[in-house]
Amino acid sequence: SFRCFSALTPELKTTLDKVVTSNKVVLFMKGTKEFPQCGFSNTVVQILNSLNVPFETINILENEILRQGLKEYSNWPTFPQLYIEGEFFGGCDITVDAYNSGQLQEQLEKAMCS
Amino acid sequence: MGVTKEDVESSLTSVMNPSHLEVIDTSGGCGASFAIEIVSEQFEGKRLLERHRMVNAALQEELKQIHALSIKKALTPEQWKQQQEAENSQPAA
Repeated sequence: SFRCFSALTPELKTTLDKVVTSNKVVLFMKGTKEFPQCGFSNTVVQILNSLNVPFETINILENEILRQGLKEYSNWPTFPQLYIEGEFFGGCDITVDAYNSGQLQEQLEKAMCS
Repeated sequence: MGVTKEDVESSLTSVMNPSHLEVIDTSGGCGASFAIEIVSEQFEGKRLLERHRMVNAALQEELKQIHALSIKKALTPEQWKQQQEAENSQPAA
């Protein structure tokens, strides 16, 4: 199969490179951390809150270009999308799994201390 | 026409050749929504993120319409066997 157009322009890619490294933990989600608008996004917010880690949230519902571009940038089709130290960590299921196994705490500790 | 449980099953079966597959329709009337348990040899040596990416890639077309997708389990046959044995060794309730 082939792609006729890409939502991820070079300009958007440069912007996203900056956004994901603007904070050690960045969560692209539906809604905001104060007002999540989807259960999956809410789950990740609650996990990050419970771990007491500072994080930035970006509401993808407010920007359709960002939303489409991010799917290509992350090579991940759904939201939420969690970034730690500029690197894609996973969606809701992966975050929950990593939280339960203690891997998320480990990764966040490493990020905070670096 | 929206995506059905059968569509999801058939795409995953043809791409991932799973030894165990369970697709649960979790849509509460708000659009196509599914939870998946999948066991495949193709997960061998792959981290969880890569495994989920493989499932997402297999459902590339369906995901354009799916409202929510939850991958509950993405295991190798060996991991699946171990999990089943662990569950079976629990005393019956």
